[in-house]
Amino acid sequence: MALILTEEQTMMRDSARAFLADKAPVAHLRKLRDSRDTAGFSRELWKAFAAMGFCGILVPEAQGGSGLGHVEAGIIMAEIGRNLTPSPFLSTALVGATALLRDGNAARNRELLPKLAAGDLLLTLAVDERAKHAPAATALTAERSGNGFKLSGDKCFVVDGHVADLFIVAARSAGVPGEREGVTLFLVDARAQGVAVERTVMVDAHNAARIRFDGVAVDADAVLGEVDRGWPLLEAALNVGRAALAAELAGLGEEAFGRTLSYLKARKQFGRPIGSFQALQHRAARVFVELEITQAAVLKALQTLDADFERAAAFVAVAKARAGTSATLAVQEAVQLHGGIGMTDEFDIGLFMKRARVAQELFGDHGFHADRLARLQNY
Amino acid sequence: MPDLEQFRRETRAWLDANCPPDMRQPVVADEDRCWGGRKATFKSEGQRLWLERMVARGWTVPEWPQQYGGAGLSREEAGILRAEMRRRGCRSPLDSFGIWMLAPVLFKYGSEAQRHEHLPPIARGEIRWCQGYSEPNSGSDLASLATRAEDKGDHFLVNGQKIWTSYADKADWIFCLVRTDTAAPKHLGISFILFDMTTPGVATKPILLISGKSPFCETFFDNVRVPKRNLVGDVNKGWEIAKYLLAHERETVSSVGLPAGRPLGQIAADTLGSQDGVLADAGLRADIARFEIDAIAFQLALERSGDLLKAGQASPAVSSMVKFYSAELNQRRHELLMAAGGSAALEWEGERSRGGERARNWLRSKGNSIEGGTNEVQLNVIAKRILDLPDA
Repeated sequence: MALILTEEQTMMRDSARAFLADKAPVAHLRKLRDSRDTAGFSRELWKAFAAMGFCGILVPEAQGGSGLGHVEAGIIMAEIGRNLTPSPFLSTALVGATALLRDGNAARNRELLPKLAAGDLLLTLAVDERAKHAPAATALTAERSGNGFKLSGDKCFVVDGHVADLFIVAARSAGVPGEREGVTLFLVDARAQGVAVERTVMVDAHNAARIRFDGVAVDADAVLGEVDRGWPLLEAALNVGRAALAAELAGLGEEAFGRTLSYLKARKQFGRPIGSFQALQHRAARVFVELEITQAAVLKALQTLDADFERAAAFVAVAKARAGTSATLAVQEAVQLHGGIGMTDEFDIGLFMKRARVAQELFGDHGFHADRLARLQNY
Repeated sequence: MPDLEQFRRETRAWLDANCPPDMRQPVVADEDRCWGGRKATFKSEGQRLWLERMVARGWTVPEWPQQYGGAGLSREEAGILRAEMRRRGCRSPLDSFGIWMLAPVLFKYGSEAQRHEHLPPIARGEIRWCQGYSEPNSGSDLASLATRAEDKGDHFLVNGQKIWTSYADKADWIFCLVRTDTAAPKHLGISFILFDMTTPGVATKPILLISGKSPFCETFFDNVRVPKRNLVGDVNKGWEIAKYLLAHERETVSSVGLPAGRPLGQIAADTLGSQDGVLADAGLRADIARFEIDAIAFQLALERSGDLLKAGQASPAVSSMVKFYSAELNQRRHELLMAAGGSAALEWEGERSRGGERARNWLRSKGNSIEGGTNEVQLNVIAKRILDLPDA
């Protein structure tokens, strides 16, 4: 498959680009942040996402979705990245939907997926329990109890955790933390007895929460995937999330770089544009090269998720790691090359730096994915 | 397409029957490459046979027209041939600056007579070419070159000096940039000429590099007579050809930059050992994985730039980008190999280190960011041609 967008995908990108630039530019995030919006995203915008077919992008048309692939999902993520748009698209439409779709419980999906695609249901994956992403370290306990399980433990960095209707909770039903075996995924109602949610206000003004599960009772049919063998399903959902974040970071990096380039051409010191100085030209050229190379890695990961899902892990690791480092470089250079104005809250470029930091941390940073690749390459 | 399938079957059968076993081993040392030419020496009978058989089929230059020594294959057929060779690990039968660099110039700028004179001997590996570009005072500022070619009616009289001439001491002919107008602005007084290295007045002197090897020479011209018919294109229009060729050279340098094969981490494990399948040195392991991430991404970027080109959306200075990044990657790779090898990698002579192979290759890689346009020049090109940043 050619490593470029098809004609249809290019058209879709153009329409997503126009839509997000119009409905949710950076000013949209700024307004939510400054008004201390309690939801942290716009429900009106989410309804517009549903009307565009974004909420159900991965959901088959028979269940009210758009029936599109990961490349298309990545196209939307890249535009979200350009505009720093906060929305439950990642948590619900991509990670959450993937868990439901690949679990494949027909009755449950008949009920949930149409709601999800309509923008009427928010769900999110609760996986991390410590400051660094480490899914195998899952320790939250799932104890057998009657016909079902009781969940006890803490989760953190749960994206959209304080607005979600349902959680997909990674729990330890057997074995010890560090083992992949013994992890089970549960679908848990956010209003269930024993659930305590604390919204954590983050540096990037995007949603996250800490969640405590205190003996939360769930039925056996709350299990997603297989008991004790939830790892492949967890990995599937995470890999879709990681590739999506890579796409977001690629879009974010390009936008931050584009703004920097414009500034280099417009800003004058010593009687000439600062972009005429070779020291700055070389820095800009390096950022450009890094971002270009990342584009290829991200598209490859997304295409592989569509064409050969089970074999996408290495490409996803490469894409997430690369997108994290190149976007980090782009925003760091952006702030430096903007000089003093780049340090002000009023100017947008700092918002790009903040979001890049969070997105590269979420679902595994560069070091996490470098370790993954090393294991996949047997060293 | 049934025709292509038949071509694939025939190609497979021919390669299986005709590629000698030792020509299916990976290239390790310089001598494993066959460069042809009047002074050619073959490392083995297999190497000689392989060249002879491939020449007979026109497969040293499969896409060239038959009248120039090629096989006239379509792009698809040549692609199949390359893929089947790759699958069998077949070596290139002939490495050649004539094929990679001069031929594209002759196809675009040469006369029919020049193509007929020079292309068939290149295809057959009979004439080995070198490139006379850089001069002691003209490196990154190549257009300032000073080697003079005076118009003497029926011939040019060439005087001057070139440097960093790859394999000049082994080459039979040179393609050379010379100044034919000293009064014109520097880019407008340069011509592109060809001449035999055995012409009286030509002398070469190998340059010993930090790697202990001498792939480059100083080349001196003292009243060298070059027939007028050996001028390629118009007089004083040589810079256009030079630029065209430099873009080609960047791609060639890049395409040899990154060896495929075992991941670096596994090579490192040979010396460092591993525990439960994890490389013993955690710091080096992380550095290696970071390198592999960038190397995989770079390969994908190459693939993507090819696809963009086919779709007519090529980026203007992609060759500069490729040249720049492949040099950085290859240098990182060699630094990591040295770190993984520890003191064993520092041995310079003797069997154990195969004559200091790892250290010599490491030192050789330092030239990657200098030859064919320095990395700083590539960044200049990107800044100006892609990013459209203003001149100083």
